[in-house]
Amino acid sequence: MTEKKNSIAAVSTFADHEVIVPPNKLKKAVVNVRPGTHIDFDPVSRAEAALAELASEFSSWMEQECDRLDAARMAIRACGVDTATRDSLFRAAHDIKGQAATFGFPLVAPVAESLCRLIEHAPDMARLPIDLVDQHVDAIRAITHRNTRGDSAMNAARLAERLRQVTDEFLRRENRDRPDYLESILAPPIAPGD
Amino acid sequence: MVRIDFNRLRFLVIDDNAHMRRTVRTLLHGFGTREVYEAEDGAGGLEAFNHYSPDIVITDWAMPIFDGLELAQMIRQPTSNTNPYVAIIMLTGHSEKKRVVASRDAGITEFLAKPISAKGLYQRILNVVANPRSFIRTKSYFGPDRRRNVNPNYAGSERRKGGKADVIRQQPLLEKAKTPVG
Repeated sequence: MTEKKNSIAAVSTFADHEVIVPPNKLKKAVVNVRPGTHIDFDPVSRAEAALAELASEFSSWMEQECDRLDAARMAIRACGVDTATRDSLFRAAHDIKGQAATFGFPLVAPVAESLCRLIEHAPDMARLPIDLVDQHVDAIRAITHRNTRGDSAMNAARLAERLRQVTDEFLRRENRDRPDYLESILAPPIAPGD
Repeated sequence: MVRIDFNRLRFLVIDDNAHMRRTVRTLLHGFGTREVYEAEDGAGGLEAFNHYSPDIVITDWAMPIFDGLELAQMIRQPTSNTNPYVAIIMLTGHSEKKRVVASRDAGITEFLAKPISAKGLYQRILNVVANPRSFIRTKSYFGPDRRRNVNPNYAGSERRKGGKADVIRQQPLLEKAKTPVG
C-alpha cells in the first residue's frame, strides 16, 4: 500500500482500488452543541409548518397533474403507443404516484403506482392494454375529485386493489417467458422512505 | 451532540415537476436554508451544478433529456474540475430493489423514496453532513464507499484486495447527533 496526501484529498492506493478521503466541505455546517444546551429550533417542525402553509394549493396542483395525465392518455388514444407517448404517460403517472400523499390524496397513489407498473413492465408496448390504462386514469381522476373519505375511501381502496390485481395478472401473462424479470417486479419494494 | 446550520449549505434541486421543486424548496427553507437553486432536467441540472457549485444535490430520477442516474454518473467523474465528491440525494418515486442498487452503483450518496416528508429529507441531509463517507475508486466504480457498515461476522469472499485497509472508519458525528442533549 502506498499513501499520498495533498490539499485536495487523501488517497490510499491498494492493489485494485483506491480509498479517497475528500476534504469535508460540509463540515462548515456542523455545529457542536454542548450537552444541556437548550435549542429552541426544531428544523423538522419548522419545515412541516412551512409545507402546511402551501396546503391550500395542493388541490389545484393535483388537478393540474390529473390534466397532464389525461392529456397523455388522450395522446395515446390519438397517436397510438410509441416511445414518446408512453414516456409522457409514465412520467405523469409517476409524478402522481410520488406526490399524491404529500398533497393530501393518499388514496390516489396506489392507483398511479399500478399504472406505472403496467407501463414500465409491459414487454411489448404495442400490446399495452389501452382500456386498462383508461380505467387507471379515470380512477385517479375520480378519487382526486372526491378526495374520498369514509365509505368512499373503502371503495377507492377496493378499486385500487382490483386494478393492481388485473395489472399484475396482465404482467404475469406477458412476462411468463422471463421468470427472473417477473420475480423482480413482483418483489416488494425496499427503497428507504421515512 | 451536533446540529446542522442549514444557512451555510447551498442546495441544487433538480426535478422536472415544478410542484415537487416547490415542495422541496419549501422544506429546505423551513430547515433554515437560504440558497436553493433549481433545474428542471438533467442537462439543466449539470449546468447549474457547474455554475453554482452546490454542497448538496437533490435530484429526481425520471426526467427528460437525461435522467438523474445519468446526471450522477456525469458528476462522479474523478478527474472533474468541479466537485466530484458532492453529496447526491436521489429523491424518486421509484422504490424497487433494482433501482436502489442501480442508484448506489451510480454513486448516489443517499436514496429517499417519495412521498417526501420533512423528517425523511432531514435525516438524509443529516447523514451526508454529519457522517461523510470515504470514496472508492476502482476500474468500474467511483463514488461513496458502498459498505456503510463493517460486519465482523462476514464470512464470504473478499472482493477488494489489499488487506485491512478496506475497513473504513467513519467520523462518528452522526452518533453524536443522535445523542439527546443533556
